[in-house]
Order: sequence, then C-alpha cells, then structure tokens
Amino acid sequence: MSGHSTYEPQSAPAKWLERRLPVISLVHGSFVAFPTPKNLNYWWTFGGIAFFVLVVQLVTGIVLVMHYTPNDALAFASVEHIMRDVNYGWLLRYLHMNGASMFFIAVYIHMFRGMYYGSYKEPREIAWILGVLLFLLMMATAFMGYVLPWGQMSLWGATVITNLFSAIPVVGESITTWLWGGFSVGNPTLNRFFSLHYLLPFVIVGVVLLHIWAFHIAGNNNPVGVDPKSEKDTISFHPYYTVKDLFAIVIFMIFFSWFAFYLPNYMGHPDNYIEANPMVTPAHIVPEWYFLPFYAILRAIPDKLGGVIAMFGAIAVLFVLPWLDTSKVRSGAFRPVFKVFFWLFVFYSVMLGWLGAMPAEGIYVILSRIFTALYFIHFLVILPVLGLIEKPKKVPDSINDAVLGKTGSAS
Amino acid sequence: MEHTDTAEPTRRDFLYIATGAVGAVGAGALAWPFIHQMNPDASALALASIEVDVSAVEVGQSITVTWRGKPVFIRQRTENEIAEATAVPIADLPDPFARNANLEDNAEATDANRATVGHEAWLVMVGVCTHLGCVPLGEAGDFGGWFCPCHGSHYDTAGRIRRGPAPENMLVPPFQFSDDDTIVIG
Amino acid sequence: MKNLMFKSVRALAVVAGLAIAGPALAAGEGPHVEKQPWSFAGPFGQFDKAQLQRGFQVYREVCAACHGLSLVAFRNLAEEGGPGFSTDEVSALSAEYFIQDGPDEEGEMFEREGKPFDRFPSPFPNEQAARASNNGAYPPDLSLIAKARAVTRGFPWFVLDIATQYQENGPDYLYGLLTGYHDAPEGVEVPEGQYYNPNFIAGQTLAMAPPLFDEAVEYTDGSPMTVDQYARDVSAFLMWTAEPHLEARKRIGFGVMAFLILFASLLYFTKRKIWRNVDH
Repeated sequence: MSGHSTYEPQSAPAKWLERRLPVISLVHGSFVAFPTPKNLNYWWTFGGIAFFVLVVQLVTGIVLVMHYTPNDALAFASVEHIMRDVNYGWLLRYLHMNGASMFFIAVYIHMFRGMYYGSYKEPREIAWILGVLLFLLMMATAFMGYVLPWGQMSLWGATVITNLFSAIPVVGESITTWLWGGFSVGNPTLNRFFSLHYLLPFVIVGVVLLHIWAFHIAGNNNPVGVDPKSEKDTISFHPYYTVKDLFAIVIFMIFFSWFAFYLPNYMGHPDNYIEANPMVTPAHIVPEWYFLPFYAILRAIPDKLGGVIAMFGAIAVLFVLPWLDTSKVRSGAFRPVFKVFFWLFVFYSVMLGWLGAMPAEGIYVILSRIFTALYFIHFLVILPVLGLIEKPKKVPDSINDAVLGKTGSAS
Repeated sequence: MEHTDTAEPTRRDFLYIATGAVGAVGAGALAWPFIHQMNPDASALALASIEVDVSAVEVGQSITVTWRGKPVFIRQRTENEIAEATAVPIADLPDPFARNANLEDNAEATDANRATVGHEAWLVMVGVCTHLGCVPLGEAGDFGGWFCPCHGSHYDTAGRIRRGPAPENMLVPPFQFSDDDTIVIG
Repeated sequence: MKNLMFKSVRALAVVAGLAIAGPALAAGEGPHVEKQPWSFAGPFGQFDKAQLQRGFQVYREVCAACHGLSLVAFRNLAEEGGPGFSTDEVSALSAEYFIQDGPDEEGEMFEREGKPFDRFPSPFPNEQAARASNNGAYPPDLSLIAKARAVTRGFPWFVLDIATQYQENGPDYLYGLLTGYHDAPEGVEVPEGQYYNPNFIAGQTLAMAPPLFDEAVEYTDGSPMTVDQYARDVSAFLMWTAEPHLEARKRIGFGVMAFLILFASLLYFTKRKIWRNVDH
C-alpha cells in the first residue's frame, strides 16, 4: 500500500511519529496521494461500496451481539426480543439482515466488473485470488449468520449444507459429526457457528487489506486496460475518488434503505419466522438468494459426491481464472467476441440463480444441467480458446489518449 | 465540463461546507440508534414496579427484595431505633438531604423524611452503598444501622451516612403502602 | 465512459429480457392470493387503531381458545404504533388473565393476576398438550404468523414487488384463509376431521374448523359484524403482533430517504466541482 507518499511531516509531533511509526505517510500514500487512473467508471466504485457494507455489518453485528443469546432454547426468542423490546433493535437487525444481501450485491457486481475488464490478469493475479478467497469467507460467514436466528430455515439450511461434507468418501460421516458437535445440528452447532460468525468478519477485514495492498502494487486496472504511462494518465485518489466513491456509496445507501425500511423481509424466507423444529422439515428448503446459483449446480449433478465437487468446482475455477483467459488484451472493451460471451455468462449466472429457487424436478433439472455445463464451458473452453482466435480491436496507447479520443468524438 | 473556477470561490466553498455539514448531521443521527440500543429496553422498563407483602415482617426485622436488579431493604424499626435517629441534629450529618425519591430533592434528612407519613416505623431503601455500589450489612456499624464492608461506610438507623467514604444517604426509592401490609415499589 | 455504461445497461436489459422469457414455464405454486387494501401498506402506511382493537377482540374471543400469542406482552397493547389502548385499560385487561408464577417460599408454583409486563399466556402448556386436544393438529402460535406465511410470488411479480413495496403477503394470505372455507367441490375427498379450504398454503384441507361466523363477535363501533370484516380485522391485528414497530420503521425510513437524497444531490454537485478540470 505504501510507496507513493509525497507526505512530508510538518509539525513537530508529526515528525516525531513519522520516525517511529510512519502510519500517516502510509495512509497518505495509499488513500490520499495514491495515483489512480483518471478514467475509472462507476463500476469501479463497488469495491468501496462493498467495504462500506462490510463496516455496516461489523458495527450492526457487534451491537446485535449485545442482545443476542446463542442457545438453541433462547436464540429465537432473543432475536424477537431485539425486534420488539430493544431500543431501535428492529432497525439494527433489519440493517444487518439486509446488509448481508447488500454485501453480496456489491461484491457480485465488483466481481463481474473484474471479469469484464480483465482485472484478474497479469500482474494482478494475487489481488484476484485474494478476492475469490474473500468471496469464500463471505459465503461461510453469511451461511453461519443465517443459522443464528434459529428459525426453520436456519436449522434446515444448516442441516443440508453441513450434510454436503458427508459426501466425502470414508471420513465424511466423521466430519459432519465433528462439525455438528453431535448427531444432528443442535446447540453445540449453534454455539460454534456463532463464535465463527463473529470471528470471520475480522479475518475478512485482514484479507481486504491484503487485497488492497496487492492491487496497489500494480495500481488500479482501468476500463481501457492500459497501465498508466505518464502523470497525465492519473489523478490523486483524494479528493477525486474519495468524493466519487462517497457519492456512489450514498446512492447505494438509498437502495439499501429501500429494502431495510420498506421491504425488510423481502430477501428473507417466511419459514425463518417459525422457530427451529428438528421434527418437521419445511416443504422447500431454499438457501439465501446469493447461494442459489451454486445450489443449482449442486442439484444439477445426480450424484451426491459429484454435486458437491461441481459446486466447489464452480468456485475453485475462479481461482485459476487468470490462467484460463489466454487473451493478451486485458480489457473486455476491446474484445468484441468476449463481450458477447461475458454477457452470456452473466445470463447463465442469473438463470442458475433462478433455477436454484425452483423445485428439483422435471424441466428445472434439465435446465440446471444445461446451465451448469455452460458455466463450466465458459471458463474451461471459451476463455482459453477465445484468447487465441479472437481478433481484438485496436487498444489505445495510453489512458489519456483514450480519454481525449472519446471527448474528441463526442464534441 | 464548465470552467468557472476561481471566479466564484465563495460559492464553491459554500457547497463544500454545506455538503460536509449535512454529512456530519447524518453521521450524528446515525450514531443515536447505536448508542440508544444500550439503554434499558422496553421489557426492562416494564418491570419497574413490584408489590411486596410485608405482613410477616415483625418489629425489629428486615427483609430484602429485588427491584430493578438491586436489593431493597425493608425494615420495621424499633421505637429505640427511631428515637436514636430522630435525636441526631441535621448539622451532624455528612449528607443533609433526605435522598427520598418521594419528596423534593432538597428535603432535609430528618428521620420523618426518610420514612413515610403514617408508617414512620418502616424504612424502605435501596440497599446499595452510595460509595461504590456494594451491599451494606444490616444491624452493623458504629451507629447501629448498616455497615458497608467494602470501604467502611457507617449508616445509622435511618440509613443515613454517618462516617466513611460514602457521599450520600442510601436512596429511598419511589414507593407507597397500597394497604397496611403491602408496599408498592417503583 | 458514458457510452460504455450505456452499452452495459443495454446488455443487462438483454439479459433481463432473456430471463423473463425463460421462467414463463414456471408453474404457479400454492393457492391464489387476492391482494387486499390495507391501511398499513405502502411507504406511508399506518395501522388503523380501531381496526387493531377490533382485531384484538376477534383474537381474544375466537382464536385465543386454541392459538397462543406468546411473544406479545399486555403492555404492548398500549405502546406507540399499536392498537392504542390506554395503560389503565391494559392493566384491567391483564388482570383478567391468570399467570403462572413462582416458586413461592414453599417452592410451589402459583397463579396470580396478570400484570401489564406479562406476556399472553398460551392456551396449552406445550405442543403435546395442544396436539392431544386438537386431534393431533398443532394450532401454531400467532405472534409471528403474518410474517411466517407467504405464498410464493411467481415471476415477474416478485421483481415488481420491489418497486411497489408489496409486503402484505402475510395478511393477504390470512384473510384469504379465513374467508376461504366452503363446501368441497365434486370429487374432492375431505378426510375425517379436516375442512375444505382451497386457500390453505399446504394442501386443500386443514384441521382448523371454520373459526368465524357472522355476528359471532359483538362489535361496539358499528363496524359490520361479518366474516369478511372479522377476517380483515384479525389479519391486521396479527400484522401488528408480527411487526409492532412497522409505523416507526416507515416513518424513520421516510426521514432517512429524504436525507439521503439531499445528501446525494449535494455530493453530486461537489463531485462535479472537484472533477471539473479533469478530462475523464
């Protein structure tokens, strides 16, 4: 994150601190003077938006814990106590509950942006891999958080997902028993999920800092995909991108508030307002919407172990994406064929999400299989082959040329 | 993009100040729910009153009940104790105020003001030392009232501080006799 | 960049279009639910206090025989955003209930008069007792029922619901259920101890006998004493028990929205000022 500071301590205390712990110049170099491509569009604000939602989740989560009781006999009632009796408890809980969805919305857009503009490509592979790791950590955190209210979907979602591990040959049963701390999802499971749900967000914050560090080494990618060549190509992060990110965050807050205040239960499942009952399984167990594409892939494979492998494979393939895309051109803006496949990929993802919410029968199973196949073909066939045969458009020499070219044609 | 810079610096400054001020107001308003959530919740506030049956408390006996999570001492005092407490001049008291939630804030710490009209023998007070919150021991200390073992505060038979680090007389909570045998606290 | 954004949006629209074409196959699940007019719907929706009071009366005189309301305390009935009973009315009301308390000095549990801070006592001590008295069926607690029941909204309704802020699936369902009892059509077998109701979420018959009849509850405010009105009132009341801070939520939400729009506008102009000399 360092290395770009033009910071010179002026006051005596600042000089004193700088010699001992140069934290001001570190922050100054990373978030004030940091040279940032001047052509970043609004899709680039979703990293900052995701970070903002992460902070919202941390703050609301910490205060919710002041009132929540992680015990299978008391958890459901303690959440209702928050909703009914705690001052502004309903607000804090609805912000946290919808914040999880908002986090995934921001991160999914952030990931699709990275895919479109080739942000995973050399030399930003580590930033991308850390990003996929963050995505995995988020999924784990969100899953365990969903268990805490101890409603019907909490219990049965936990049962279904932890049972995935039973597909592992030989040791599967032992692993699920170990995860549960018993012979089914119960109080020990709730307690450990609560502990980990509190821990993992701080791990996420740590990996986020590494993620930022990693892309600050190469500098931000940009819509043109050409690295900055001169000072004409960049501007300082502050005030240009601080104000732009802040504006985008406030717009996102309007979207967030629309749900938190007016549709607070839209993203949730009604069954989670029924207390967990280990004797009765809900008619359709559906995960939260952000897991649906992966859930559809899981169900598309008619074999237990195969389904689990396909589901984890769908995420694992993201880790090696930097080496699957063989194109020398970084930004998708200059790859006419890639663009088509990119939007098709977005479409596959949406369709898989929809199929994940449908019952696993009839036409839905067939469609799930088709789109699962298309999902993997995109990564394993299209991207490697396309890079070799596609004829890209001419890439501008520099960011400044691209910007001036555009302004020139517009006037 | 218009290029009107430096022409109207005051208007630009105003925009920045207005944006910053609105942002600060928003941040302040946002902080409130996060602070207020730690205050007593609606269910805790609803438990603010209790009824106590004191028919079994004889002269010279005490009971302790729980009100808002704190002990409340209820004692039917002996003639002797009342006489002892009444004899003390206000000027000799470290804390001259009654500290009785049922009276004005500036009521004097007379024995009558520590009890209640019609039930002068009864002393009802929050059994928490006004020094640092320990629970004093009954019928102990140099003044025949209460003694706090934590830091050595001595209270008399009207629950008034007489010696030691505690700054105030023990608090008399809001209460009333709903009939001769029943006290409603809170 | 504007051009690029536009293209991206256009591409997304194409994706959305394809997504619409696909799910046309989606089979509708669960019963058909008619939307009802509710005073608490929409961004400025508020409860109708008189309706909540009538709904409470229906709950008390009809539903409470089998259904608990265990998360609601008597004091809630006098709290802001609720039915608007006075604290004296609530004290008198709570005193009509018996609450198990204890143990006393002998270690025995005892019954005492209810206090405003008590929660509604449930009609049965536990689920087993409830099933034993109801032919094996378990009458669910109604505290959260209005949020715990919703019929799946197929495409494209579930997308449009975001814009229209449709959140009344619960009370709509409850109203539909309570008014949905009628004689089974030819060919539909109704098992012993079950009643035909096509509006039931999990099948065509359920164990609850039709609970409401015209004139069954004596209203004093001149509202019609019909099954339709009873169903409306009790559904609204149950929406309040499930979401007691609904009014505060919508009120604060409006303030937050107004603030954010103002702040966003100011930030927009600030951003333009700051960026005015940068070609981008």
